[in-house]
Amino acid sequence: MSVLAVPRRALSWVRWYVTELTGENAYARYRERAEREDPGAKVLSRREFEKWRTDRKYADPTAHHGCC
Amino acid sequence: MQLLRQAARQARPRSIVIWSVVSVVAAIGWAMLALARGEDVSAAWMVAAALGSYAIGYRFYSRFILRRVLRADHTRATPAERLEDGLDYQPTDRRVLLGHHFAGISGAGPLVGPVLAAQMGYLPGTIWIIVGVIFAGAVQDMVVLFFSTRRDGKSLGQIAREEIGPVGGVAGVVAIFSIMIILLAVLALVVVQALAESPWGTFSVGMTIPLALFMGVYLRYLRPGRVSEVTVVGVSLLLFVIVAGRWVANSGMADTFTLSPRTLVVWLVIYGFAASVLPVWLLLVPRDYLSTFMKIGTIGLLALALVFTLPTLQMEAVTDFAGNGEGPVFAGSLFPFVFITIACGALSGFHALISSGTTPKMIQKETQVRSIGYGAMLMESSVAVMAITAACVLDPGVYFAMNAPPAVIGDTVQAASETITSWGFVVTPEQLTAAAESVEEGSLLSRTGGAPTLALGLAAIFSDILGGEAMMSFWYHFAIMFEALFILTAIDAGTRVGRFILQDALASTHPKMSRFRSTGWLPGILLTSAAVVGLWGWLLWVGVNDPLGGINTLYPIFGISNQLLGALALGLCTVLLIKSGRLKYAWVTAVPMAWVAVVTLTASWQKVFSGDPAVGFLARRDQYQEGIDSGQLLPGASDMGEMRTIVNNATLDAVLTGTLALLVVVVFLDAFRVALKAVSSPETVRLHEAPYVRSRLVAPAELVATREEKAELARAGLGPGGGFPAEPAGDAPDAEDGGTGGAGTGRADTREDGR
Repeated sequence: MSVLAVPRRALSWVRWYVTELTGENAYARYRERAEREDPGAKVLSRREFEKWRTDRKYADPTAHHGCC
Repeated sequence: MQLLRQAARQARPRSIVIWSVVSVVAAIGWAMLALARGEDVSAAWMVAAALGSYAIGYRFYSRFILRRVLRADHTRATPAERLEDGLDYQPTDRRVLLGHHFAGISGAGPLVGPVLAAQMGYLPGTIWIIVGVIFAGAVQDMVVLFFSTRRDGKSLGQIAREEIGPVGGVAGVVAIFSIMIILLAVLALVVVQALAESPWGTFSVGMTIPLALFMGVYLRYLRPGRVSEVTVVGVSLLLFVIVAGRWVANSGMADTFTLSPRTLVVWLVIYGFAASVLPVWLLLVPRDYLSTFMKIGTIGLLALALVFTLPTLQMEAVTDFAGNGEGPVFAGSLFPFVFITIACGALSGFHALISSGTTPKMIQKETQVRSIGYGAMLMESSVAVMAITAACVLDPGVYFAMNAPPAVIGDTVQAASETITSWGFVVTPEQLTAAAESVEEGSLLSRTGGAPTLALGLAAIFSDILGGEAMMSFWYHFAIMFEALFILTAIDAGTRVGRFILQDALASTHPKMSRFRSTGWLPGILLTSAAVVGLWGWLLWVGVNDPLGGINTLYPIFGISNQLLGALALGLCTVLLIKSGRLKYAWVTAVPMAWVAVVTLTASWQKVFSGDPAVGFLARRDQYQEGIDSGQLLPGASDMGEMRTIVNNATLDAVLTGTLALLVVVVFLDAFRVALKAVSSPETVRLHEAPYVRSRLVAPAELVATREEKAELARAGLGPGGGFPAEPAGDAPDAEDGGTGGAGTGRADTREDGR
């Protein structure tokens, strides 16, 4: 068991890191926040949310692009 | 408190030993690089000098800047905490943010510049990459990040307008726009030089377009938001098209993909226009993921390969070209041109745009500007060190054959071998042919632009541990793909940025024009996109058709413009330091600013007015004009049409360089006026800082938490990523799993509980 513990922890750390870095957790975070703030409100579906998020993020291209 | 002080004192002897060892390692590295003469030098010394110096710079200088100069306040809430909205403003784990920030700042620049600078030997370039980053580049990134964090994450342009004034602001925007156009033209030129007459490269890079379209549709409609899964699929397909490129190059389809530089320019312009008009999700978003992954993956792989193989540097420490200024890759002597050429690896003005964009809206603590701002730039600099190493492990003869324009070395292996051997770098025609054959390219002569040279160097290093000779050609095309992918993404994104700046500028000229700002008004988008693509496309066309070689003319202009932007950012930092009552420490940004300003303005002056036609544009124009008047063909031109092209190009380049330098001088004078006013009458100073709010968030300052920070996190019941401490009694936090240990619990890091 203990032999596998270290690689398992490393693997779960990498998985967490990649999820954070790619923004794959954005929807879960949004949903949790939306439900906490107003449990009755309509929550966007994953598809609607990702669409909205991408369009919003790229609305100002100067904000997040380096070129060199 | 007593205990803390005691702990600090106890740690000292160990710390003294460690840092003495690091200093000795760095010193030995530098000594070996500088003093070895006439013998082969191992890349191990490069690694020792670089890593040792980075460690010392980070440990001592960046700490001094953080504590004494910026006086970063751990208790002051950052915009991410105060304005948290789950969208733009979001406290983010520092280790994740470092990844984000690094992906944002890194690009093709540090891969190209150092390769070109290698013509002066490995030493001048390496010194500036390392010294420059420690005292200028990383300082700029860190200080801009700090000041933007203090201003709710405002952009560099906004800060400049608010703190300096409209004149400097407008000149700054015009400068940024022009720099963007030059940057895009130079990057596109690098791609053209890498793909011209290479069916393998053209096919595999071309295939990334349908591949990106597929990924885009997948992410938008099939499985929205599953980024890792689509990236894995995309990268596998990418590797497949690299392999497939070889089959295509050896089949009847080879001719279809063997394109001349001019044809490639047309395709690139069409691509640039289409990409900037199409919705982002279709092309730009998937490309972003793909190139970020390739970037981090390849750089990591290269770092490992270098440390494992520790290849021998074949280039001299300092070549004759450093002193005589007659280098074939770019003209001009060591000062100022090696600094201009290294550019982004040591200091990049563009990073100031990133440091004042998204990162300050996500940072948890002011004290993290050190690990994220300074740290990410050290990583970027190490990429530049790897690039110059890769260029210097090649045989110098092959290096010069690849990087000198045909006007200098001719277009046969015999002529090239004779010319290069006459410079003192012995190389036989057979060697040149063998080098091209090893990577299955028709010829490697005059494959300027840096990308093919870096690719050959990478292929030599990679094939040493993975696959041997047989894999050379695969690794070469892998590296070409990796660079082209980057650059195409930069062209796509850069055209959009240019368009955005232009739309904004047009809209602000007159109320009637305000329609231009709308992202939904198609005629406006088409018009501004066409203008931006037209401008860089035209410059690219000029570069490709330059009989004297486009890269050696355009690259210095690009380097000058990028460094001028860096000088501007450092100047703005100096103004802010002075205005915020830190006059005593203003030298931290003022000295690098002065140095970069002297370098770039000297370079601009020489590029325009130098009497040497190889360096000065006006002298070159006069020389070729006289040739035309007397009906005489001069070296580099094969007919009178080319003579006229040279005259026109020289005029254009002179105007371009002169205008940029003038713009920057205007901004400098304006900034100087503001700084002077702040010193002479401090009571008139109006800082636009956001007011102090006490921070509730608990998070370590450095990537690895100190013992005290760990204790603090444990008390607050949080994981290593930090977060908001649990409310005392009553308001029970939901799912507070932060304290259960294991890095995986970092998931809870950025979650905010019942505030």
